[in-house]
Amino acid sequence: MKHRAQAGQAFAIGLLFGIGLLLSGMSNPQKVIGFLDLAGAWDPSLALVMGGAIAVGLPLFRLAESRSQRQLPAWSGAPIHLPGKTGITPRLVLGSVLFGIGWGIAGICPGPGLVLLGSLQWPGLVFVLAMVAGMLLFRPLDKALSR
Amino acid sequence: MTIIWDPAALLAALAGGVLIGLAAAWMALGLGRIAGISGLLGGLVDGAPDRDVRAAFIGGLLLAPALYLLLRGELPAVRMMADTPQLLLAGLLVGVGTRFASGCTSGHGVCGLSRLSPRSLVATLSFMGAGFAAVYLLRHLLA
Repeated sequence: MKHRAQAGQAFAIGLLFGIGLLLSGMSNPQKVIGFLDLAGAWDPSLALVMGGAIAVGLPLFRLAESRSQRQLPAWSGAPIHLPGKTGITPRLVLGSVLFGIGWGIAGICPGPGLVLLGSLQWPGLVFVLAMVAGMLLFRPLDKALSR
Repeated sequence: MTIIWDPAALLAALAGGVLIGLAAAWMALGLGRIAGISGLLGGLVDGAPDRDVRAAFIGGLLLAPALYLLLRGELPAVRMMADTPQLLLAGLLVGVGTRFASGCTSGHGVCGLSRLSPRSLVATLSFMGAGFAAVYLLRHLLA
């Protein structure tokens, strides 16, 4: 039952997140490429997406971290798991660079890819299928590289 | 360099960003976890536990356009910038890259930067730098 309530909240959060992506312009590849194209006609508006998100996020994540430090659970009763902030590794940088190259090629990152699929945009399906394939490649590739 | 200055687009970007920030904070405060899309989807692909929460979040993202359509009457304009081979390559790079980096624009860019995480700052600078470089290469040097 507790799990069902958590899933309900996660669904609502996904909806809100997706509405934010649609409203902001992040789910339009033309706008993303316009933002990444410093040498062309630069469209700075997407900088405000991250700006707006972080402006709200700063105080609220502080609250979440303080709850976590006091060993208090999240509102749903689930424990608060926040990842570590240190650990700057080659895989962090190289993975981010690969991701950035893909982002620059199509102008789509994971959230907008799913939103485009949900908008029944055929290229969104192509992108998401390839992204899932890339995610499936991760474990075997990681194993092969760490041998 | 010319700069496109569109007040309506700037306002929409800011408002959308605020909603994204609220969603990410709700995930942390309500469910105790990071609203990182590549991590939530990647865990689903890998068969990680708490499948229902992951699937519900992804389901919400997929159904957001339907809700947006209901609320506003039409979806925002979309223009694709890549053909099918480019979409396949981009998707593969995004999928494998975000898993190696343990995060994408949402997990590192929104949640990590909101937490002032040095690790997420390095990730964000890396993917943004690579994005700027890829666009310069593809749309100026090779175009």
